[in-house]
Amino acid sequence: MRRTLCFARRNQKEMLRDPISLFFGILFPIILLFLLTVIDRSLPAEAQMDLFHAEKLAPGIAVFSLSFIALFAAMLIAKDRGSSFLLRLYTSPLTGRDFILGYLLPLLPMALVQMLACFSAAMVLGLHFTFYIFLAIAVCLPIAAVNIAIGMLCGTLLSEKAVGGVCGALLTNLSAWLSGIWFSLDLIGGAFKTVAYLLPFANAVDAARAALAGNYGAIWTNLRVVLLWALVLLLTAIAVFAKKMKLK
Amino acid sequence: MNAIQTHALTRRFKEKTAVDALELTVPEGELFALLGVNGAGKTTTIKLLSGLLAPTAGDAEIFGVSIRSQKVKHLLAVSPQETAVAPNLTVRENLELMAGIADASRKEARARAERMLDEAHLREVAEKRAKALSGGWQRRLSIAMALISEPKLLFLDEPTLGLDVLARRELWQEIEALKGRITIVLTTHYMEEAEQLADRVGIMANGKLRVCGTPAELLALSGKTRFEDAFVALAGGAEA
Repeated sequence: MRRTLCFARRNQKEMLRDPISLFFGILFPIILLFLLTVIDRSLPAEAQMDLFHAEKLAPGIAVFSLSFIALFAAMLIAKDRGSSFLLRLYTSPLTGRDFILGYLLPLLPMALVQMLACFSAAMVLGLHFTFYIFLAIAVCLPIAAVNIAIGMLCGTLLSEKAVGGVCGALLTNLSAWLSGIWFSLDLIGGAFKTVAYLLPFANAVDAARAALAGNYGAIWTNLRVVLLWALVLLLTAIAVFAKKMKLK
Repeated sequence: MNAIQTHALTRRFKEKTAVDALELTVPEGELFALLGVNGAGKTTTIKLLSGLLAPTAGDAEIFGVSIRSQKVKHLLAVSPQETAVAPNLTVRENLELMAGIADASRKEARARAERMLDEAHLREVAEKRAKALSGGWQRRLSIAMALISEPKLLFLDEPTLGLDVLARRELWQEIEALKGRITIVLTTHYMEEAEQLADRVGIMANGKLRVCGTPAELLALSGKTRFEDAFVALAGGAEA
């Protein structure tokens, strides 16, 4: 365990010292939150548009901000693979378990910090404090796991350059368009909505909104889809990483 | 005791045999230079001996432990050809990281890093991030990171590649200071480096170890007066 923690500490430092990661992971979602709150306040009541009200917007932005976790994870692993650093570590006593946990462990606190920053900013902008905020944060953890797994998979399989495109552009767009954060999925409906609810993002947003509203009954319906994705993707990421590091 | 003992060590990649029934013995404490033209099988040999590749046939022992065992990783360290450092960590943190990975406690890792900063003459850049160092400093750090795990066997893969003459000479002094303390296997394309540093030199060609001996023995065998000419004659002869 000592080796795992040592490697995890290194990975945490690498991420925290990358200003681009910090900007996109923490500052960018807060800027979005601020801008959308300003838009919300300027909308006339007759518009009957509640999507950008704090209690709906904050869980949405929290889920969206977590998509950047995939980028952190993928960039770190792809960079290590691209340099000889991972080669050096492969000749060390680190085992497959040490590697996987070492990459996973620092990402969970990072996800928690992102969510705390997001909900704290939302409170400054008008969200009322309730203990349901903590429930919403807990409900967001499975989507954090989904993003961590996607990041591990991409970092293991793709080059550093490709990772920027897949996790930085494609995933964040998927997470934005198919989550119901920016527009109601009912407005489009049909196949678009069906696909969106087969994927984890919209389910994660709905579960977090239900948690923040204290609507316990509605949480599980969506959360189970996210949990299933998290389980499948994490197991796949671990299997792929372990296969890649095995002796050739 | 032998640091390295191979037994018909073989590695094939599809049709190509990169290492062909290699028989190599390196006694403990020796600095052994492995030379050969590109594609001779040096890097594959290092990868096999350091557990990065599995042999297709044969085996090798590092201090009596098979390279197929995970235990072998506690005995060796590699300083790869490209500089292998954690870029956003300071020099001190890089050293502590590798000590921790070698299972030292945090206190012990700190103490080892302190010692290594002096031994590798890295003290003046201790708090600098690795990515901010020049090529020569990075290479020195890379070797120090391999040494901090206190390995019995160290692989130095082209340690001075791309360094200017001064940085190369400085690094030679560091390597010379290690002689006798641990066993070192060095691969290089610089003949002068092998001649100056190595106790014995092995020349590989087509995946086989063609000749092996002290620099003086190889000069005598080739009938040449310059080591580079001796290498060309022996490696070229082997190719032919």
